[in-house]
Amino acid sequence: MSTSTKTAASAAARSTGRSAAPARYSERVRAERRLGWLLAGPAFVVMLAVTAYPILQAAYDSLFNYRLTAPGERSFVGLGNYGVILTDDLFWRDLGVTVLITVVTVLVELVLGFALALVMHKALKSVRGLLRTAILVPYGIITVVSAFAWFYAFDINSGYVNNWFGWLPGIDQDLNWFADTGTALFVIIASEIWKTTPFISLLLLAGLAQVPDELNEAALVDGATWWERMRRVILPNMKAAIMVAVLFRALDAFRIFDNVFIMTGGAYGTEVLSLLAYRTSIGRLEIGLGSAVSVVLFICVLLICFIAIKLFKVDLAGARGGKS
Amino acid sequence: MASITLRNLVKQYGDGFPAVNDVSIDIADGEFIILVGPSGCGKSTLLRMIVGLEDITSGDLLINGERVNEKAPRERNLAMVFQNYALYPHLTVFENIAFPLRLAKHRHSEEEIRRMVTEAARTLELTDHLERKPANLSGGQRQRVAMGRAIVRKADAFLFDEPLSNLDAKLRGQMRSEISQMQRRLGVTSVYVTHDQTEAMTLGDRVAVLKKGVLQQIASPRELYEQPVNLFVAGFIGSPSMNFLPAAVEPDRLRTPVGDIPLAADKLRAAAGRQVVLAGIRPEYFEDAALVDEAKRGHGYAFTAELTHSEWLGNEQYGYISFDPSPEIRRLLENLARDMDAEELRPQIVVTLDAASRIRGGRPAQLWVDTRRVHLFDPETGLNLTRDAEAGQALTAEAEAARKEEINLARERQRVPVQG
Amino acid sequence: MKTSAGRERAIWAAIAILVLLYALFPVASIFATSFKQPSDLTSGKFLPTEWVTDNYEQILVGNAQGLFLSALWNSVGIALIATFIAVVLATLCAYAIARLDFPGKRLVLTTALAVSIFPVISIVTPLFNLWRSIGLYDTWPGLIIPYLSLTLPISIWTLAAFFRQIPWELEQAAQVDGATTWQAFRKAIVPLAAPGVFTTAIIAFFIAWNDFVYGISLTSTEAARPVPAALAFFTGASQFEAPTGAISAAAIIVTIPVVLLVVLFQRQIVSGLTQGAVKG
Repeated sequence: MSTSTKTAASAAARSTGRSAAPARYSERVRAERRLGWLLAGPAFVVMLAVTAYPILQAAYDSLFNYRLTAPGERSFVGLGNYGVILTDDLFWRDLGVTVLITVVTVLVELVLGFALALVMHKALKSVRGLLRTAILVPYGIITVVSAFAWFYAFDINSGYVNNWFGWLPGIDQDLNWFADTGTALFVIIASEIWKTTPFISLLLLAGLAQVPDELNEAALVDGATWWERMRRVILPNMKAAIMVAVLFRALDAFRIFDNVFIMTGGAYGTEVLSLLAYRTSIGRLEIGLGSAVSVVLFICVLLICFIAIKLFKVDLAGARGGKS
Repeated sequence: MASITLRNLVKQYGDGFPAVNDVSIDIADGEFIILVGPSGCGKSTLLRMIVGLEDITSGDLLINGERVNEKAPRERNLAMVFQNYALYPHLTVFENIAFPLRLAKHRHSEEEIRRMVTEAARTLELTDHLERKPANLSGGQRQRVAMGRAIVRKADAFLFDEPLSNLDAKLRGQMRSEISQMQRRLGVTSVYVTHDQTEAMTLGDRVAVLKKGVLQQIASPRELYEQPVNLFVAGFIGSPSMNFLPAAVEPDRLRTPVGDIPLAADKLRAAAGRQVVLAGIRPEYFEDAALVDEAKRGHGYAFTAELTHSEWLGNEQYGYISFDPSPEIRRLLENLARDMDAEELRPQIVVTLDAASRIRGGRPAQLWVDTRRVHLFDPETGLNLTRDAEAGQALTAEAEAARKEEINLARERQRVPVQG
Repeated sequence: MKTSAGRERAIWAAIAILVLLYALFPVASIFATSFKQPSDLTSGKFLPTEWVTDNYEQILVGNAQGLFLSALWNSVGIALIATFIAVVLATLCAYAIARLDFPGKRLVLTTALAVSIFPVISIVTPLFNLWRSIGLYDTWPGLIIPYLSLTLPISIWTLAAFFRQIPWELEQAAQVDGATTWQAFRKAIVPLAAPGVFTTAIIAFFIAWNDFVYGISLTSTEAARPVPAALAFFTGASQFEAPTGAISAAAIIVTIPVVLLVVLFQRQIVSGLTQGAVKG
């Protein structure tokens, strides 16, 4: 055993002459890669098949003047459909409504969701389960059901809101919430917020749970008030979680459809882009024009993503690509 | 029980990096072998190659003389204790220990399993916890469950992958002695991976020191300590670490930053032809000159130095002397520190003084160094120029004899029924 | 000390009541509506003057039975099948992502992310066109396939997060303990992975159950129309009667499975949703 220095020295010499070894190893690597794609492949292909293919088809269709009611008259119009859309006031109004809904819901949800997250985070053990269960009900409920619930509560015929809040200025028995853009949007946004705040608050809860308690305690010892601790310690450390939550919700709110469809059907100036696309292609069977709206909507989503990632440096994928 | 032979084992990863490079070790039946080294030295990879969780790129692995390179882990009949215990969280302690027995389906009856698990639980003091889930156990208890799973197997050998690194210091000491006693009682061949040199020194019959996949030296703890083959082993084994002083070789003395040290002629001869060597002196080779026995004084050399500060530990105290090395030497020491996975080596000498010494920092003091035990290292190759191979082998042979005796004693004791 | 603890409890009780009100009030509202008589609908009151089950009778055994029950059957069947397929595919995919090293791992995850933020309405038009020409319009497969675009991405993310937390070395430990590869997988890994798969299935089911856009766009009859779409096209017992009561009753019925799942598996759903969100 006392010859081990020699072993060490000769090992270095021998290892250089070993070239067959890597070949055998790379066979193993190849096998692992093959298996990786074999397992991940089907899901990957399905995801592409149900999204990439249709959006490409939509991009292609959008170049034609094509109605299902008159399939024979299909003709190539280039970017003509886009010209029609972008010069149509209706499109810009719908875009405005969509953006308004998105901004308002996300802002309100951020505040409300953070409050809920704080409550769930700090809650005593005895009520924590109850609170989380309650919070999950709106999350799990069907959006259409939520839309009907809010619709019936405010509806001039079957509602009780007018009755309950008649003492407020501007509200009386004859207020038809769904006959005016402002009031209709108010109820639509309320329903949207109710249904999706739980999701955002769970994302924020996850971020909150990641802020080490020591930081908070250190700030406490340093003499920070509750508000200072929130603003200077907790929130900065949750920035990533907040950004991800905001982006996800913004993209989700931007595709709002169900609530508007149920409550107003887009009437009284409450139409959103998704509804415009639906009405054009499914309703009026104008596939070419509808496809163009779809593509524009898709580009809007890409833009929001791009802005969020480039400007606000939201790290969506983060470190998740690598092996943990 | 089994002997395990590693013959020129190589593990190469996809990028061609050899994690384990040409390692050969003969592990005798019943021997306790430690694989030690800084992180990334390939010790865990080597262990996983033995147990069959990593492919062997080249070389042979023999268990009881039979080549097992291609065998699946379950065909090797080895038991392993993982770093974080690898307890099955969905199973109770009982079922965790019974797991390997249940896998060997038709070999054990339900009754037998119950008997074997209860028996193992009794030796490990887990009887009260058999129905609990691992999540409800303390660190030490989990550790014992993991050992229980190894014990019931009647495996040919036990492999440990840093089993104590997740425990606190006090528990670590306790579990260390439990593992040691268990190994002797069962007389089972064991391979134990650790980066903690206290574990290495206290547990191992022989300790294999690895660096960057290459076996540096395998020997009894005492041989490693007293006759290290190179700078790395010398620096890695021992705490506080050995001091390395740059020294110019003169015909009858070494010229060092703390003064000229006269040295025996044979040592100086071994270093002949080199301008500069590194003198390796362990902290405890120093002493307060005032407290050295007259009989010993002649074997060493007294000199004056100024301590920057000292630390009193009760049973002894450490003194620190700083010196300013040349840039080359500084770089050399930094590389060495990096190899050993340590923080930067400060250019200072640590000396261990008797607790009664009145020497304090900031004033010149008379120190004494035992020059017989100084080793000289080649700064280029790191080789120990003054290593006495024969003396080293004698130390390891001594340890070997002691191990045989202990195992025989343990077997004898087992034959005589112990009461209680 | 005692008083402050008592005060804390009181504050928490108040907060709990507030949160409960927030979360359950709209459900309670439609629940109350579903028990109102047609004449009672315009009372302007929250609670029915008289609790009647007429609305439930109408959709379960009455003249709206065909419409509602077939939609319910479609919803249950399509959502379950879409969930099942998504979870199976996602399990394989997430296993590969958590366990194996292969080029394109990031690509798969990024694709899942991109698909999950995809505006559904953008792909409805081409699918509508395609389904009509290949005969998938108004069929179960015609909904199951696009539902995968909703359920698959979130399943992959959630499961990958779950799988990353499984101590995979247990598989190796089991092999050292004498298990075959299959035994190691079945006895050590499956019991640990099963809760994650189950949770993912619940979340995926919620999403499929919730769909509306595909439901109204890609179906036209009772052959495949799911409940949310059916509700939107519900007409009253007669032309002159608003279907409010019947819709409310149907809404309550399709909310029951949601509430059951939430009450039974609150802990799992929360951990599933938050794990999918937290990095690492």
